[in-house]
Amino acid sequence: MDFNFTPEQDTLRDQIARLVRDQNDFDTRRKVSRSEPGWRPALWSQFAELGLLGAPFSEEDGGFGGSAVESMIVMEEFGKGLVIEPYLQTVVIAGGFLRHAGSAAQKEDHLASIIGGERVFAFAYSEPKSRFDLNDVSTTARREGDGYVLNGHKAVVLAAPFASHLIVTARTSGAQRDKGGVSVFIVPKAAKGVSTRDYPTVDGLRASEVYFENVHVPSSDLIGEADHGLPLVEAVVDEAIAALCAEAHGAMKVLNQTTLDYSKTRKQFGQPIGNFQVLQHRMADMFMAYEQSVSMTYMVTLKLGEPETARKMAASAAKVQIGKAGRLVSQEAVQIHGGMGMTDELNVGHYFKRITMIESQFGNTDWHLRRFTELSNG
Amino acid sequence: MDLHYSAEDLAFRDEVRSFLETSYPDHLRSRASRDEVTKQDFLDWQKILYKKGWGAPAWPKEYGGTGWSSTQKYIFQEECARAETLGIPPFGMSMLAPVLMAFANEKQKSYYLPRIIDGTDFWCQGYSEPGAGSDLASLKTRAEKDGDSWVINGQKTWTTLAHFADWIFVLCRTDPTARKPQEGISFILVNMNTPGVEVRPIITMDGGHEVNETWFTDVRVPLENIVGEENQGWTYAKYLLVHERSGIAGVARSKKAVERLKHIASIELDRGEPIIRNPEFARKVAELEIDLTALEFTELRTLAREAQGKGAGPESSVLKIKGTEIQQRLTELTLEAVGVYGAPYFRGFPMEGGNQFPIGPDYAHHSAPAYANMRKTSIYGGSNEIQRNIIAKMVLGL
Ligand SMILES: Cc1cc2nc3c(=O)[nH]c(=O)nc-3n(C[C@H](O)[C@H](O)[C@H](O)COP(=O)(O)OP(=O)(O)OC[C@H]3O[C@@H](n4cnc5c(N)ncnc54)[C@H](O)[C@@H]3O)c2cc1C
Repeated sequence: MDFNFTPEQDTLRDQIARLVRDQNDFDTRRKVSRSEPGWRPALWSQFAELGLLGAPFSEEDGGFGGSAVESMIVMEEFGKGLVIEPYLQTVVIAGGFLRHAGSAAQKEDHLASIIGGERVFAFAYSEPKSRFDLNDVSTTARREGDGYVLNGHKAVVLAAPFASHLIVTARTSGAQRDKGGVSVFIVPKAAKGVSTRDYPTVDGLRASEVYFENVHVPSSDLIGEADHGLPLVEAVVDEAIAALCAEAHGAMKVLNQTTLDYSKTRKQFGQPIGNFQVLQHRMADMFMAYEQSVSMTYMVTLKLGEPETARKMAASAAKVQIGKAGRLVSQEAVQIHGGMGMTDELNVGHYFKRITMIESQFGNTDWHLRRFTELSNG
Repeated sequence: MDLHYSAEDLAFRDEVRSFLETSYPDHLRSRASRDEVTKQDFLDWQKILYKKGWGAPAWPKEYGGTGWSSTQKYIFQEECARAETLGIPPFGMSMLAPVLMAFANEKQKSYYLPRIIDGTDFWCQGYSEPGAGSDLASLKTRAEKDGDSWVINGQKTWTTLAHFADWIFVLCRTDPTARKPQEGISFILVNMNTPGVEVRPIITMDGGHEVNETWFTDVRVPLENIVGEENQGWTYAKYLLVHERSGIAGVARSKKAVERLKHIASIELDRGEPIIRNPEFARKVAELEIDLTALEFTELRTLAREAQGKGAGPESSVLKIKGTEIQQRLTELTLEAVGVYGAPYFRGFPMEGGNQFPIGPDYAHHSAPAYANMRKTSIYGGSNEIQRNIIAKMVLGL
């Protein structure tokens, strides 16, 4: 048993922390998120130069030989800085699909340009009526000639406005909610028939509605096996959940620290509000919620390689913990800041909003509680 | 004890309902969120109510109140919530007015009250300061006598809708040498057009503009603008706060919001079925409804006690805490119900070519900002921590 980071991992963390601190301070981040194009390609290039975008890939894939632990470190630091740039979608998710199921040609085509920062991905899986169910896919991919023709509408595709490529789930057979019949494709956003409506999200990110109208995709852009894509999607999403948990606990850490500091300096009734026992207990609860979240992030990150059921239970358990802890920490942070916590001027509200959105990303607390319950009871 | 409406009550309900159907202005129906509401909208609606004779149901008849029984007032609230009419801003109507009635002189009463009820003046509340939030009595804004004027200097903050207001009631320190901070405070009425009053917007995390900083630099107002006695302002301020708290329960509006939530949950799908059929979700909605019922009956009991002249006491803290917790959970569950379409954010964002396209269902649009915005309710009006302190001290005697 070992919960220590290697010296290389410590260095990685320090590098990211410094970069985030220097280049993505709160005011800069807010400015970037509220102006066009809503992210910084130049910062992305810096990520590439630092090697962040290759951190979790094996050396034979052109990466730096890391694992999910490296992604966890990156995402935790990004969570602390509310980083907008789509590491999760590009490196964790697209990278995940390629690692698990990419053909030699697909890896050859995409990995180097992901690691080099030239290609950015978004994951187009959710649909207007699918809620959080990965199997609920009504976008169709009809076989035609040597390829497929895609038709459908994907909802709230995060980072799609920044993306050059999309990973798309589509139905090649079966009914809308069948577990079989789901396939995964790589589609250049510039492909004929792909259109988007771009918009900001509540937490300062960007997303799109993505529409596919008779989009021709060659078979070579099918990732994994046709009709049997769901287990692959689930595996990659569980990895994304682990990364998201790290982002969330990073954000919680900042909220807890900010709140603690504020409680020591803000005076009412002639004393720091941190003197009031009721607030002390709240902050003790926030601290415990954070610690348990870190534990669960480690747990899921280390269990990503387990057999399917164990992996899914781990991911759901972590997501439930993060969801509950995130709600507690974000609400209490605002509350303890009083009126100041409500403002756009202070960073607290921005962390509040990001943590709120994380709660429903890749399935909310109830959704994962149900998945856990079902798996746990056979 | 009796829960049933009499035939007269039912007739009254029908009258209110049909009045709201015919007289509530169409242009106000189309306002999607409070953020788009203008000052004129509030005043227009107030004028319509006034013309009908319903300008101030809670006021005594001598000041233009309706003379309704508490059941009728209750029915009126319910019907307004049901019709989703604009809320009446509390600052003039239910905060200042009771103070004026209890403590102001005749001249003040006859000038200010009619202008509140007929929709002429919009008021805001100048209590909180950067350094004086929960500890309101530590406020520093100064009012000094100079000839026939008060000269006011200082800063108020979190002033809701100050950017709409014609007037502000301000707690000022008039005797800095008083033995206790509560003793040197006066309650002064200031016209917002007076030179030296400056309003600066504060944007809240949901992106809305409802609160402001209000600055006073050598603001001169006539000495007669003080309410009641000099240095007795704290008494009036506390009297007002009790009124502020009881209005805050918002039972009727929350009931409407539960209906709306159930409607959304009957459309939004979870595993291909309406999410209201998910037992977990349904249970949370049920718990909320039950808590709301408990609050409603607690409020009714409080009103009954008030009607017997026993006055709203520290019990109003119960209504404030429970009412705001329910409002917050409502927005929480609504956001949960709408799923992924809680994320898109539209306010004030320059859309390509100016085309404002709706993404996702209408009811989802404001759900996340509303959730963020409602966090304010446990902070303002005396935070919920302060309310619990009040219960502990005043009710439980701890
Ligand atoms: C949206 C909004 C609208 C508002 N509108 C108005 C308005 O129109 N006019 C106006 O005058 N004011 C208004 N307020 C101000 C509001 O009344 C104050 O925010 C409130 O009194 C809390 O003060 P504060 O923000 O300074 O927080 P603080 O007093 O600094 O409190 C910070 C935290 O410490 C806690 N705390 C403080 N003292 C104690 C204690 N003794 N025991 C335990 N916990 C304690 C508080 O509960 C809170 O969680 C508004 C506020 C908001 C957010």
